Amino acid sequence: MCNHNGDSCFTYKDSGLTKIELNCVINGDKVCELVDPTMTLLNFLHNQMKLFGVKEGCGEGECGACTIMMNGKAVNSCMILAVEAEGADIVTVEGLAKDGELSTLQKEFVEFDALQCGFCTPGMLMSSRALLDQNPNPTVEEVKEAIAGNFCRCTGYFPIVDAILSAAKKEKEESK
Amino acid sequence: MRDQELKHIGKPYNRKDGQEKVTGQAVYVHDMELPGMLHAKCVHSPHAHAKIVSIDTSEAEKVPGVKAIVTGKDAPYRVGLYMVDKNLIATDKVRYQGEIVAAVAAVDETTAERAVSLIKVDYEPLPIIHNVDEALEGNILVHEDLHTYEHMAGVFFPQKGTNIASWNRTLKGDVKKGFEEADFVLEDEFSVPAVAHVPMETHVTIAKADPYSDKVEIWSSGQSPFAIRQLLAKSLGINKSDVHVTVPYIGGGFGGKAGIHLEPFVTILSRAAKGRPVKLKATREEEFNLLPTRAGMRTRVKTGVKKDGSITAMEIYHDWDSGAYADYGVNVGKTAVYSGAGPYHVPNIELHSRTIYTNKVFSTAYRGFGHLETHWGIERHMERIATELGMDPFDFRMKNALKPGDTTISGELVYKTTGSPTACLEAVAKEIGWTGRKTEAERAEELKTGKIRGKGLALLQKAPAMPSYTSTAAIMQMNEDGHVKVMIGAIDMGQGANTVMAQIAAEELKIPMDDVEVVWNVDTDKHPYDWNTVASKYTFMGGNAVRKAAKNMIQQMKEVAAQVLRCHPDELEHDNGVIYHVHHTHRQIPFKKLAMGYMYENGNGIGGPVIAHGIYMASGLTNPDPETGQGRPGLVWTFGAHGVDLEVDVETGEVHVLKIASAFDIGKVINKKLVDGQVLGGVIQGLGSALIEGYKFSPDAKLLNPSFTDNKIPTAKDIPDQIVPIYIEDPETAQVDGPYGARGIGEHPMISVPSAIGNALYDALEIDFYRLPLNPESVALAIANASKKQ
Repeated sequence: MCNHNGDSCFTYKDSGLTKIELNCVINGDKVCELVDPTMTLLNFLHNQMKLFGVKEGCGEGECGACTIMMNGKAVNSCMILAVEAEGADIVTVEGLAKDGELSTLQKEFVEFDALQCGFCTPGMLMSSRALLDQNPNPTVEEVKEAIAGNFCRCTGYFPIVDAILSAAKKEKEESK
Repeated sequence: MRDQELKHIGKPYNRKDGQEKVTGQAVYVHDMELPGMLHAKCVHSPHAHAKIVSIDTSEAEKVPGVKAIVTGKDAPYRVGLYMVDKNLIATDKVRYQGEIVAAVAAVDETTAERAVSLIKVDYEPLPIIHNVDEALEGNILVHEDLHTYEHMAGVFFPQKGTNIASWNRTLKGDVKKGFEEADFVLEDEFSVPAVAHVPMETHVTIAKADPYSDKVEIWSSGQSPFAIRQLLAKSLGINKSDVHVTVPYIGGGFGGKAGIHLEPFVTILSRAAKGRPVKLKATREEEFNLLPTRAGMRTRVKTGVKKDGSITAMEIYHDWDSGAYADYGVNVGKTAVYSGAGPYHVPNIELHSRTIYTNKVFSTAYRGFGHLETHWGIERHMERIATELGMDPFDFRMKNALKPGDTTISGELVYKTTGSPTACLEAVAKEIGWTGRKTEAERAEELKTGKIRGKGLALLQKAPAMPSYTSTAAIMQMNEDGHVKVMIGAIDMGQGANTVMAQIAAEELKIPMDDVEVVWNVDTDKHPYDWNTVASKYTFMGGNAVRKAAKNMIQQMKEVAAQVLRCHPDELEHDNGVIYHVHHTHRQIPFKKLAMGYMYENGNGIGGPVIAHGIYMASGLTNPDPETGQGRPGLVWTFGAHGVDLEVDVETGEVHVLKIASAFDIGKVINKKLVDGQVLGGVIQGLGSALIEGYKFSPDAKLLNPSFTDNKIPTAKDIPDQIVPIYIEDPETAQVDGPYGARGIGEHPMISVPSAIGNALYDALEIDFYRLPLNPESVALAIANASKKQ
């Protein structure tokens, strides 16, 4: 590490380049911001938009703590430049609850104790949300596959898998 | 108290912090910004061992926006919990690759990084100590001045002129005679590599040092705010009361955030920056390579047994590769003195636990506190003894496991209420359908499919490792609406302490759970003292303190109510938020009317705000005798066992765990949902140590895998098909002085998971494994080597 500067991926660096206008939708709100062309989407959401639910765990696409949904897909926001989100529809953990009420998925995470320290939880929820949007009836293996890119050191994953499967079942009942 | 009388204890309440954490509302130090805050970046040593010849910061100083640069000469301070051996910044020499040599605080991270890149450091490389054997030769010293370091005298034993930070011993019975009585003696050697804690939130600190006084404010991701206060003050030579530490939500600790880490160093930066707040957030690479790990360890063990399977004597050397520092590591080593032979009755034992310096990233506390490491050696060794004796390993363990009337290796008498390892072993053996080892015929038959199943068992034990005089406290205040706020000094980092303490308060006050809140954001200026949030001790110690606080609160209200109701306080009871007369039950006063003092109709007031407190101090503990390790160090033992059923692919060496059954004599489950969380999470963390994780170093002692790319933790795809937690709640063996009979369980689930897996692999393959991790490469190689020999 560290021959001084080898660990820079973690943090946002202002490149000094001319800022670029970024238009996108975040949690249902239209946003127009000037961003540094080298800024990651993670740093844009966390530092510029102050959406602190978007967590940074490694900054190199390995741990999934910064997972958000972009155009319906779960992505590591640390691996995408903010300017790539031009025209995109972005959902972060802050966009899951509606009208002051937790979503079914969030409620099931609490009910099944699918979180402890809570630092991986926002990313875990976004990977789960993307899965259930694409596949409302996932198998256990499909759930594990969908969250395989999200590290959790606390729970041992079992409660998370159970919470997602239960949320899938409940969402199906609710949509009837 | 009988179970049917308990309203809240034993109920699986959802954690109180759940909603904030699933909505992104929970704020961590990672997210915090303060007005005028600067950002810090560090220069790290590229060498494992080298003299610092010169540091040139002149170019870095010219960068606009740089507010402070510090090097070792600006920080002539050492810090340490048990052994004060750690420089805040490397001074004169570096002792591991990754150590901080200089740091910059600047207006933003970009500027700080640019300045860091301009700092020139000249090193003169020194010979490197790579491992404990080289360290024990003693030709090269990691710490030349070890004998001058301040440490807890009589508890730790640094060896002058060597690399041994502490040499702790156990001597019980007559070891020579014990071995003479043995029919059979077996010797073994086992080892484990260093392993990372991997909290999802890396270490982070914001420090603000008042330039006009000694006052320091700290916001930290630490799991021990009061230890930070104490050690920071001691290190910098200021008053403890001048240090104010706040800890909000933290993203995991696992022991790696216990004690003290970046806080004093960032304080120096803030001082140098004329008091502006400075934030240092470790990168993931720094988390692996700057911040401490679990120590690597080697066990050499020799045991004498009789033909009937009874152990007559043991001789053990646990040698801990503590890396460059051992400020906390020496206490990990010390635990082996009373727990380093597993939960067995050993009449004669000589045990040496040596915490040893090498030139690698240093070690600290880690969930299990040395027990996963010692149990890996001991429980594999016990398995091998059973094999050599031709005994069923279940029967061998049942025969030798601690029972009431036995004494531990440090001479502690085991009572029935100490708990039962055998009850745990029986429970897991039943759950995995243990019927003895696989036969040769069965193995040959399975081999045709390319996969062989194996089952394994292992016992475990642990008691809190902490100073003998550790204490804690709780403060409880009632609001006007009868709701109660509880303040404790422990950190709820996800283990659920705040929810469990709320249950205990609600139980004693007999009010709904929604009417109790344990206050988050532990603040050393406002919250009561707690030593460190470690050691699986808080349910026991904090639970007792909260219980006492609640009783005190009720007593305060009864005393005022007794005046109003004109009776003796002893004639009053409480329930449903009222104090009432035990016979004339209609004579009652709601808590709300007493919360701020009672007011009569004519305006007279009596009493006052209801504020209670409760304390708990570990009682009756002693330091181990320096020569023999004999004493009473264990506040509360929790025994347990794992049973593993797995399948190994003989071609690829891949191990697939079908089932892990884990039983613990926990005494009383206060909240099953949260306890299950500790067991499931702990077992998977243990599985990581067993199958996946471990530090790798280059020949020049540089860390080769300081990232998630090459140093992974288990993912959802690595978990077993099934984990079955089993809790022994036998009133006969429950902890009589624990809250409702409860014992700690936070660390225990990860202990002995590797041992049980190693034992199951022996059952499957008839191959003994001595080193972790049991990754596909090492298992496949062992299978290949075994078939060559045949």
